[in-house]
This record gives sequence, structure tokens and C-alpha cells, in this order.
Amino acid sequence: MIPITWYLLVAAALFCIGVYGALARRNAIAILMAIELMLNAVNLSLVTFWRYLHPERTMGQAFALFVLVVAAAEAAAGLALIISIYRNRETVNVENIDLLRG
Amino acid sequence: MTLIQAVFILLAALTLGAGLMTVLSRHLFHAVLYLILSLVGVAGLFILLEAEFLAGAQVLIYIGAISILIIFAVMLTRGMARNPGPPLNNQSPAALVIAGLFFILLAPVLTGFPWPAAAPGVPADAIEALGRSLVDPNQFALPFELASVMILAALIGAIFIAREKR
Repeated sequence: MIPITWYLLVAAALFCIGVYGALARRNAIAILMAIELMLNAVNLSLVTFWRYLHPERTMGQAFALFVLVVAAAEAAAGLALIISIYRNRETVNVENIDLLRG
Repeated sequence: MTLIQAVFILLAALTLGAGLMTVLSRHLFHAVLYLILSLVGVAGLFILLEAEFLAGAQVLIYIGAISILIIFAVMLTRGMARNPGPPLNNQSPAALVIAGLFFILLAPVLTGFPWPAAAPGVPADAIEALGRSLVDPNQFALPFELASVMILAALIGAIFIAREKR
């Protein structure tokens, strides 16, 4: 049997990798990918808690499914925004997207 | 070490290694491929956790749909892919410190908490119960319908935003 802490540590590490990517990358698509990594880490934690604490209840898996749906919606809307920005500004580098800077 | 633990370590190494390469990869297209590899690793971990339906949904939605969407976005913004420049911005050392500190703070909490020693068994009808709970008005029927409305709104919004305006 695999200890629960192994799963949680993997999820935490994956989340931290995602945090680093979202903060450090310059390309907007790469930032979106890092966010997907973070959502995956959260899903992994949710399923781990479902499996180890309450496998008789469906809540853990249902929440993970909703996270999946939100991730799909986020990817669709985010990539549409990125394509729109690229069309108008010829860049997807977040350092150059500063129209709202005061 | 049992066989299942070896499989876990393999999958965890795949997930984390590919995740790290996603974040660090210089070429954006390689980053997408590494992201797909990392998602495959997470799907494998789902199977190890006996959440087979979620593993299937992970493969269908993440690997099948979202990563294809990201590949399309990478190709449509091709000028960036051809001339990548430095992949990291100038706040990356601070980001590394923050992410590392977060993990260092999180790890003792996760390992120190008194988790139950053994996991209870998964009921045989777990997938059926999940499906019933999603359409049960007393459980997740409302969030389920809201999620479908939200994804429809996101779809229409994405088409509207990405459409070529004349």
C-alpha cells in the first residue's frame, strides 16, 4: 500500500512547479500551461483524499470532475484571449502586454 | 518495496519530471509535449488511486482536448515559437524562492498530519454512485447543470473573442 503522504507530496511538488511556471515564464501560453499543472495537482489531492478518507462518498471525485470542467473552460477562454491579443499586438509575451499599465 | 510502490515512484517521477520540463523548456512546442506527458502521469496516478473514471476523463479532456487546443494556440502564434528568446522573465529567481518556500512549508504539514494508517476499500459500485450523485437533486445536480451552462458560456465567449473582426 502506498502511504497517503507520498501522493500528497507529489501533488504539492506539482503545484509548486506550476506556481514557479506561472510566475517565471514570459509566454502567456506557457503561463496557461503552468496553471493547468496547478489544477492537476489540486485534482490529484482531491482524488487522494477521496481514496484514503471517504471512498464511500462521491464528493471527492465529483469535485475533481468540476475542476476538470473549469480547466476546460479556462483553457478555451484563455487561449481565445491569447489569440486575440496576438492578432492585435503581434506578441504573447506578458511583459509586452501592458495596455492597462497606468 | 512492493511492485505497486515502484509503479507509483515511476509515475510520480514521470509527472514531476515532465512538469518541470514543461516549465523550463525553452521551446514552447516542447513544453506542450512535456505537459501532455505530465498529464499522462497524473492519469496513471488516478488509476493507482482506483479512480478509473477520472483517469479516463483526464485522458479525454486534458490529453485529448485541452492539449490539442494549446497546440493550436502555439501554432497560431507562430512568430513566438520560431524566435523564443529567453523563456523566463527577470523575476524568476524570486519565483523560484517563493515556489520552493511554499513546498518547504507545505511538506511538514502534509507529513506531520495524523492521517489514518490504512485506506478503506473502494465500494464496487463507486463509478455508478458517482454517476448517480451527479444527477441527484440532493447532491450535485445543480452544480452539474451550472457547469454545463458555464462551459457553454466559455465556448461562446471563446468563439466570440477569437473571431476575426472586420
